[in-house]
Amino acid sequence: MSRVFAPLAFVVMALFAMAPIIVSHAPYEQTMGLVQKVFYYHVPSAMLMFISAFVCGIASAVFLFKRSAAADRVAVAAGELVVLFGIIVLVTGPLWARKAWGVWWEWDARLTSSLLLWMIFLAYLLVRRYGGPGSEKLAGAMALFGMANVPFVYVSVNYWRTIHPKTSVLMTLGPGMRSAFWFCTVSFGLLYVLLLTLRRRLEDQQAQVERLYLTLEE
Amino acid sequence: MREAIEMKRGLVTVVVLLVLAVGALAMAGQPPATPAAQEGFVPVNSLPQAEQLPAAPLLIAAYAFVWVALMMYVWFLWRRMTRVERELAELNRRVQRR
Repeated sequence: MSRVFAPLAFVVMALFAMAPIIVSHAPYEQTMGLVQKVFYYHVPSAMLMFISAFVCGIASAVFLFKRSAAADRVAVAAGELVVLFGIIVLVTGPLWARKAWGVWWEWDARLTSSLLLWMIFLAYLLVRRYGGPGSEKLAGAMALFGMANVPFVYVSVNYWRTIHPKTSVLMTLGPGMRSAFWFCTVSFGLLYVLLLTLRRRLEDQQAQVERLYLTLEE
Repeated sequence: MREAIEMKRGLVTVVVLLVLAVGALAMAGQPPATPAAQEGFVPVNSLPQAEQLPAAPLLIAAYAFVWVALMMYVWFLWRRMTRVERELAELNRRVQRR
């Protein structure tokens, strides 16, 4: 892991240093103007929140059905990243909305379901932290429900009446906007891989600590 | 003792309800939302001067929040890893000594 880790960390830092320059050169949007540039960090964060929810849900399913402790450790790492990228989405979204819609928050389908998704994974972490022995199974089931929520959050803008941009927006991006968007998406994606690897490593080490305590007690 | 705990619980409930009520009032007091691009984003090359100023603090706040949140997470992660690695080294020493 260490052989890949250092170059990956360097690439991620370089990409994140370049991202604001790339974003500043992207064209303005006709109706929203300057504030639409929040899009370049908001949407990749939302994509990673969804991906991380899937990683957490699938790893939890493997843990629940195959009793794999390694999968459980991946689930915890991914669950924490859902909350991290979720809070980024939930803070940058209202900052964009204040200018674009004139309000900080609107209880429409997309915003409300995103908040619920984030709260499910926050509850997942709280159950893991304070639930006591056996709580990992209950938390695993919660992660499955959280994962099942993701497709509904994604399509909510297309099926319900909402003021949030639709999913088709990504297909209509002009060349300058598209390149900046994909640049930021790749940067966030690599950062996600890096953080997931680090966080899972921490879980592995904590499991090792618990094993050593048991060895000492015997 | 039990009375004190119940009183504390009641106080926490009142505070939570107050926070929720203030939040709900703030939401109810905001002006109605204005429509913006939903079907597609149309790029333009120039931006009116008046448009730039109000949006800039929001944009800067959004980008600053992302950077601060990510930096803080990496810092917390690094602290937790350092602590666990130290604990692991100590436990390994104790196991070898036995």
